[in-house]
Formats: sequence, structure tokens, C-alpha cells
Amino acid sequence: MPVFNQSRSRIIRLIFLIAFFIIAARLFYLQIISSEFDRLAMNNAVFPKIIYPERGIIYDRKGKAILNNTRMYDLMVTPAEIKNLDTFAFCRLMEIDTAEFRFRIREASFKNSRVRPSVFQSILKPQMQARFEENSWKFPGFALVERPVRTYPYNAAAHILGYINEVDPEDVERSGNFYRQGDYIGKSGLEYTYEKVLMGQRGVQYMIKDNLNRLVGKYKEGILDTSAVAGRGVRTYLDIDLQQLAEKLMSNKVGAVVAIDPKTGGILAMTSGPDFNPNELTGPDKNKNYSRMVLDVAGPLLNRAINGRYPPGSTYKPVGALVALDEGVINPSSGIGCAGAYYGCNRPVRCTEKFGGHAANLRLAIAWSCNSFFSNTFRLTVDNPKYRNPRKGLTRWKEYMNAFDLGRRTGIDLPSENGGNVPDTVAYDKEYRGSWNSCTMVTIGIGQDKLLVTPLQMANSICIVANRGYYYTPHFVEKIDGETTEDTLLNRFRQKHEVLTHISDEAYDAVIGGMQDVVEHGTARIAQIPGINICAKTGTAENYTVVDHKRLKLPDNSMFVCFAPRENPRIAIAVVVENAGFGATWAGPIARILMEKYLNDTLQTKSKDDLERIGNSNLMPAYLKRVQYVEDSTRARRWFEKTNDSAYLKKYEQPDRRIVEKYPFEKNNLPLTKEKSESAAILRDDKQFRKPSFQPVS
Amino acid sequence: MNQRNPAISRGIDWSLIWIFFVLVIIGLLAIFGATYKEDDPILQSFINFKTDYSKQFYFFVISLILGLFILLTDSKFFSATANIWYALGIFMLLLVFPFHSNIKGTESIIKLGAFNFQPAEFCKICVALALAKYLSRADTDFTRTKSQLIAAAIAIFPAVLTIMQKETGLALVFCAFFLVMYREGLPSAVLVIGFATGSLVVATLLIEKTTLSLILTIIALLVAYLMRRQIKRRITVLVKIIFIWVISVSIILFAVPLVFKYVLKLYQVERIYSTIGREVPAEYTAAHKKELVSQVGKKKDTDYNVRQSKIAVGSGGFIGKGLLKGTQTRYGFVPEQRTDFIFDTIAEGFGFAGCFVLLCIYLLLLFRIVTISERQRSVFSRCYGYGVAAVFFFHIVINVAMAVGLAPVIGIPLPFISYGGTSLLTFTILLFILVRLDADRSMVLR
Repeated sequence: MPVFNQSRSRIIRLIFLIAFFIIAARLFYLQIISSEFDRLAMNNAVFPKIIYPERGIIYDRKGKAILNNTRMYDLMVTPAEIKNLDTFAFCRLMEIDTAEFRFRIREASFKNSRVRPSVFQSILKPQMQARFEENSWKFPGFALVERPVRTYPYNAAAHILGYINEVDPEDVERSGNFYRQGDYIGKSGLEYTYEKVLMGQRGVQYMIKDNLNRLVGKYKEGILDTSAVAGRGVRTYLDIDLQQLAEKLMSNKVGAVVAIDPKTGGILAMTSGPDFNPNELTGPDKNKNYSRMVLDVAGPLLNRAINGRYPPGSTYKPVGALVALDEGVINPSSGIGCAGAYYGCNRPVRCTEKFGGHAANLRLAIAWSCNSFFSNTFRLTVDNPKYRNPRKGLTRWKEYMNAFDLGRRTGIDLPSENGGNVPDTVAYDKEYRGSWNSCTMVTIGIGQDKLLVTPLQMANSICIVANRGYYYTPHFVEKIDGETTEDTLLNRFRQKHEVLTHISDEAYDAVIGGMQDVVEHGTARIAQIPGINICAKTGTAENYTVVDHKRLKLPDNSMFVCFAPRENPRIAIAVVVENAGFGATWAGPIARILMEKYLNDTLQTKSKDDLERIGNSNLMPAYLKRVQYVEDSTRARRWFEKTNDSAYLKKYEQPDRRIVEKYPFEKNNLPLTKEKSESAAILRDDKQFRKPSFQPVS
Repeated sequence: MNQRNPAISRGIDWSLIWIFFVLVIIGLLAIFGATYKEDDPILQSFINFKTDYSKQFYFFVISLILGLFILLTDSKFFSATANIWYALGIFMLLLVFPFHSNIKGTESIIKLGAFNFQPAEFCKICVALALAKYLSRADTDFTRTKSQLIAAAIAIFPAVLTIMQKETGLALVFCAFFLVMYREGLPSAVLVIGFATGSLVVATLLIEKTTLSLILTIIALLVAYLMRRQIKRRITVLVKIIFIWVISVSIILFAVPLVFKYVLKLYQVERIYSTIGREVPAEYTAAHKKELVSQVGKKKDTDYNVRQSKIAVGSGGFIGKGLLKGTQTRYGFVPEQRTDFIFDTIAEGFGFAGCFVLLCIYLLLLFRIVTISERQRSVFSRCYGYGVAAVFFFHIVINVAMAVGLAPVIGIPLPFISYGGTSLLTFTILLFILVRLDADRSMVLR
């Protein structure tokens, strides 16, 4: 028996011990010293699933939900679960071809693996959803998944309410990565301004996922989960019936209507023509609709009520009169003789009235909208002997304008508002190299020249007149449900701005009296409502545009401002209808119908007839067709140059004679200067909306 | 001890049996933890033979029956038939070549009805028996090199056949039998040289080749300088130093690259490098262009297994997350969860404490086997005992080292714990033969 090797058993045991010690040391390092593995395991297996809250509801002044939530369905596919699918039947049901089907399946498998559900088609059309549900047993691997979608029950107030869409990378960055790719965010309107209130509070559900990223259950029975808190409701001043009425009146017209309650600054209705059905920007066709609207030169996405810059025309006159009265350059009984034009300066300023005595005093001058009188008044304001210098006079005048909230943003609770334009000495110095006098800008007195205002500013300035000097910043939202002191969004709208209360009562009496005369026996008799004392002012403003590089004088803009009742103003309205002619023909009746609806809640027969007539009239400016043609064909050309795809260009190879030839160009088209182009209410490309992607819409 | 049935239980070492039971039960729990899905009807699945843990349970029952049979067998039977078993084992290994079935990448399995039979596993028993038989022969003088070579051949031959069946991991197990030979008098130098070569290869992977050669040269010069007196006396010392230096440097510069380029497969190279946490050097990948081409399109992290396994082990912490609570092991992040990486389930579920206990049980098992082997009067029994210890040791250390990222991924099971009928049966037979032999330890077997 060889005993001599017995000692080796000890060495072998030692080897065992050393090996086990090394392993134990390694385990000690991995499991106790190193801490990263716990985190890695968490990353591997725990998926924080965001629970999205219901978005808040927006109500009108009567508590009707005007922006609500509804459910639509996404069709999801799990490619690995598709078995014995009748592809042909499925494609017919989904209205796609088999190539598209295969492409989508491949895409889904590639992007999101075969075993996880991916979106096959987002937001099914209702009839498609119904068809799918009937036949769903035939299509294993496909399933419907609920998805909350915004809905606008009244199909109205598109520009006010705004819409939501998926966040852009910029949104994500701006929010400090609070939003993630795929989240929805308010993109315009109240959805944008009140995003924080409406979005609610997101919840998190910690889910366990497996190695293929399938969710398999709750992590730790959900003790770490937080639940979502629904977005809060928002109560507005908006009267949805009035809003719908305004939209009906403005259909097929370019322009805007703003109605404000002067006592609170709450906006009762605001519409911009042309507009669109807000439900077009939700649901299955939203992208198609959106690109169509972006490419429409009439700019249906543009809210002209806060973005359109219009020369106010005669609607400026009450404001001008108040300034002159307060400055003491005229008094209520001042008057001039006017025989159809103002000759105080080199070029005469025409007046629409010729009969004697129509400008014998302020009230009459307002009632008959005498251009001579107000040209003179403006000159007196600028050349005020008090200041002995037109510069000071103009500067002082501008201060008044700013007090009326003209020439600066009102601060309404909608994004991307325009401030209009009130010229100052700098602007004229630049243009006339410092040599100018009150005659240079005499037409400001009748609301022309460089003076540009938005319809909202017009309405707001009338509120100030109606209130005899004070106003609240115009806004939509009256209160937020469950409001606490932390909600500071509305604070600025609850502040009373007593900007012009120092103007004497006599001055207000004279101007307001003049505005009442306008309705009772002046230019706006059409706006009369029996039993209500209405104060109003018509306006007709010249404007120009450029078509085919030529300056074009367009038909005048029809304007109207008013408030009622005189004794206790409850509504102030500004109406602009582009290229419609005299203020009294179109804008006046529109304002009257709205006042009647709001104050009496019923319409008299005359108004019902007017509603029919105006609602069905198409006043879309003719030049838009030409502009659209030029834009579309240019885009098709560029598309062709870029891609060699002539499909779009073909349409324009044979010029449409009707559009090209029939357009009436005026003979004496002056070369267009930059300043003049500003005074024309040209459609602007709005920054609020993304630039149209370069893709023709078929 | 059970005295009522003296015929079977006399002389049986109950500690081994208890350890066996404990390990199998831990194994069943671990497999349950790794494969149980929520809402599985446990009882029903046991009857249905459908889930892995129920299958393993039945294998356990079969192993017990087999163990009982072994205990009832005369211990002379094993020494008498050892060579026949070896011949049978080799025969079956050869049978695999024409009759193997195609199961994911391996060619080492024969399908027998519903069962997959892997002769390479079974061969471990045969080699253990045959080696013991050879070493215990009266005319074997193990001090002679020829006998040593024959003994080595007995172990290496099935290993070569196994490599030809693309089961490199299983083949490596046969190297474990060197431990037996070492116990029986293999010169210590072999062990030292083996260890030194191993370290050198690892160093080659870790350190840049030329740098390593330079370091070795400096060491050689230093040794020569320190031993200058001895060298003066006997020049052979210098020759030895130079010889060792040449061998080492040629291993670094030629042998290792050669093996990595032409012997190993690309996936094996990748696994080895992922163990040490390095990228495979460009020269090696370039040598495997063909495999690289076939890999295109199914690109998967080569170190995915190791990384996930390390995460599973590491996230266990001190006391673990509890059975069925481990996220890594329950939701399929660790591949080959129930077989090769079963250790992860225990590590994640029961943490360092659980692992430590398990390692202690294994160490106890190994020490007990060594003790038992040493008390044998018969050389055959002793050698067999060491064979068993060696096989267990190799499986345990490599499997656990692989799970904690200390060894490259070699698909070998953890004794008594990994899922798999063949491996459970093999280990049971190995152990129970030892128990049987030990019961007759006073007998001298030849």
C-alpha cells in the first residue's frame, strides 16, 4: 500500500479550499461591495410606465363643455402572434394594399420586435373600427387600444381653444425633459396657455418587463406607484351660442369679430375668417387636414382677431376725439365747415358727406364720420400750442394710444398676439429724414397712414370708451376649477386698469353721444335694435396688396365697432370684414345680430333675414385665387426640380385661363414701397404655426 | 443509522446521502424559481410531467431507484466490470457520430424515444472506473512514465472524441482526472508546470505580447544574475533558465496566437475575452473571417450572458430578493437559466448568504469524499473516490466561476442542481458507487 502519497490529500484539500475561497471572494465583491448591479437589474427589469391623466375640460360661460375628451382607437399589431391571417380580407377591411400591409408589419417587427405590440394604424376611422370589431376574431395578433382624443362638441372656436399635438424636440428641451417623445402638448390657443392646468399630473406605474421588453406584471405589487391626477377644468367667458353665430356670419369671409364684456374684460366671442372645424385637427385625418390648411393662402390657421393688422379707418375717430378733448384742442361744440374734403394740407382728404353742417359740432362730426373734422382734429392734437413742437405733440398722442392699449400687445391669454402699430417720431424721421409736420400724417386722424390695430385692440379700445376710462385685459378664462393661490395665471386679468379715467365726463358724454347718434341717425342706422341704446362707429379703410409683383388696391375693408347698452355697457364688439366695402353694409349687421343675440337672446325677423343673407354670402377676395395658383405652381415647380417628379407640375402646364386672365388689374398700379405694404392688411405667415413642409397636397 | 435493514445499510456513509438529498432539493427549488410562471398550477404540472421542475422531480425519483440498485450491487462488480464499462462508454461515444440528433449546435446527443442521451456525460463514470482499475492493477508501477502516459490516455481519449462532437466544455471535464493521478504519484512538477502554463496564457490575454515577453526576459536575466554562483558551479542551471525562458516566450508569441487563430472557434475566443472584459483583438477576428461572415445579421453581444449573469448575482445583495422575487432570473434575462446558469437563481434569490451556504455544502461534500477516499484499503476504491471528487470539483468550480464571470462560458452543469436528467443520473451514479465501495472499505479490491 503506497502510503507515501498520503500527504497529497492535504494539498488536494488545499486546492479545493483556495478555489472556493476565490469564488467566495468574488461573490463578496459582486454581491456586497459593488452596488451597480442592483441598479442594472432595475434598469433591466423595471419599466416606469407613465399613466396619462385625462386632460382638463374647457367650459363656456353657461357651463357647457366646449372642449372635451373622447376615446378613439389605435390598431395595434403583435407580428409574432399573426397566424393564418387572411391578408387579403384584412387589407380590404383596412383599405390598404398587401404591399402596404407587408411594409407596416416589417416596420413594426423591425422597430419594436415581433413579440411586442406596435401601432399598425393610429386612430381608426369610426366605421373602420366598427368593421374591425365585428371581425376581430379573424385577425389574431391585432387588437384595438383605447386612446384619449380631444373633441370639440360644438365644432366651434378653433382659434380660441387651439389644439394639442405630439411634442417637438424643442418642446422637450424647453420643458427640461419633463415631456418625453410621444407626449402631447397644447400647441396653440387656450390649450397652449393653460397647458399646466389642463394637462393634470402624470402618474407612474412601475412594471416588470422581461428580456423581450414585454410587460409581465407590477413591480412590488405597485407600492411605489403614483396615480394620475386629471387635468382641471377651465371656465371661460365664452358664449358658445354667440360664438357659433359669429362663425356662421363670418363664413366665407376674410376678417375677424371680437366681442368683449367691458365690465370684466371677458371675451364673449372671437372669430377669425376663414376658420376651420377644430375637429379636423383631431382624429384620423388630422395630418392631411393640417397640411391642407397650412398651404391655403387664405390662412385658415391664422387668428386674425389677434394677428390681423388693419388700419382702423373711421372706427378710430371716437378715440381720436377723446384724445383731442382731453388735450383741450377741441371742445364738444367745436365744428368746421366741410364741403366734401379737407383742404388744410397739400393733398385734399376726401369726405363722404357733402351736406352743410354735418360737422357743425363733435357729435355731428362723429355721427356723419366727417373726415375733414377729424383730419383737422388730429392736426390740432399734434400741433398742440401747449407743446410748441409737433414732435412733442405726436409723442403725447402716442402715449394716449398706448393708454388705449393700441400699438402694444394687450396680453390676452392666447399665444402669439400681434401688437399692431402706432407710429412715433422715429418712424417719420426715418421716412422723411426729419422734415415732417402734422400734414405728413394727417390721415392718421381718419385711421389710415401707419396706424395699424388688431380687431382685439379695436374692441378693447371701445371697452375703454364704454367704461369711461378703465378696462380689464381682455381674456377668456374666468376661473380654473379648484383654484388655489398658486394659480397665478389669472391674476393679471383681475387687475383693473384705470388708464383714462381722468378724461372729463363731458368729453365722454360728447363722444358716446356721437356714437349713439351714429346709430340713431348717422351712418349706422342699420345697427338699430328697438329698445336698446346702441353706440357705434362705422369704418371703411383703404388697403392694398401685392399680386404678381404689382401693387393692387383692394376693395375697402368693412369695419364696425360698437357697444351696448349705452347706460350700462354689457357688450363691446369690433368687426372687420376684409374687402367688403362700406362698414355699414356687412360689418354693421354682423355686429347688430351678435348684440341682439347676446342682449335679447332672440333675433328679430330682420336680423334673421340678415343672418341668412350674410351667412350665405361669399366675400372671399378674388385675388386669393391668383395667389393660391402662383404659390401652388411654384411649389410644384420646386418639387419637380428637387425630385424630378412631374406629377404635381402637370396640373399647371396648361395655365388655367379663367384664373390668369379674368383677374382685374387696375391700370395705375404704383410701384410698391415697403411702408405701403405694411399698411395693407397682407396675410402674414404666422410664426405660431410651423412652416409648411415642402410637400404638395394632392 | 438504520439498523433494521442491515443487509443494505451496513457501512453506508449516511453523511454523503444526506448531502445528496439536500443538494437535490436545493436544485428542485432553484429550477422551480427559474421556470415557474405566474398562475402555473403547481400540483397539476407535477402530474402532467410538463414543467421542468416536475420533470426534474421524476428524474430525482429515477436516480433514487438507480442509487438503490447500486447499493444492492456487490462492490466487486464495479472493479470487475470497470474495463467493460469503459469499452461500452467509448463504443457509445463512437455511436454518436452516425446516430446523433441535431439539437442546437451539439452533435453529442442520441435520441432514445423521448429521452436525450449524452454518452459524453455517461463516460465520466466509465473513465473514473477504468482509471481506478488501471491504477489499482498489481503490475502498474505509477512511478514509471509509461504508466503515467497510459493513465493520461485513458482520460484523454474520450475527451478527444467529445471535442469532435463539438462539446468542448464536457471534454475539459476529463482533465479533472489529473487530480487522481496527482494523488497517485504524478510528479508535482506536472502540477506546477500546468499551473504556470495556465497563468502564462491568462497573462498573455491580459498584457500586450511584446511587453509580456520583455517582462519575462527581464525576470530571466534577474534570476540568472541572482543565481550566478550556482551557474558558475554548474552550467546546466543556466541552460535550464534559458530553456524555460524560450518555452515561455514561444508560448506567448506563437502557441497562444496559434491556438486562438486556428484551434478555437470564434465564439470561444469571444467568450474567453468577454470573461476578462476585453474586446477580441483584430488579428484573431481576422483569422476567423468565415465565421465572421456567417455571424453578420445575427449580431448579439457576446458578453451578454456573462453580463446578465453578473447582474443577476450582483443584484442579490447579502440576503437576496427571495425565491421567485429575482427580476433577472424570473424574466428571462439570463440565458440557459435552468441549466448552466442555475447558480444565478440561488445567488439572486438568496444573496451572498445563500451562496455561501451552498458553497459550504459543496466543500463539505468534497472534503467528505476525500476523507472517505483516504480511508479505503483498496487502491481501486481510493482512486475512484478521488475521481468522483475531481469531477465534482471541476463542475462546481467552473460552473460557479462562469456565473460570476471568472471563467469563460463553458456549458457544464452544477452537480445535483442544474436541470437535466442525464447529468443528475450521472452524478447520482458516481456518488452512489462511491457509497457502495465505501461500505465495503475493509475489502481489498483489485
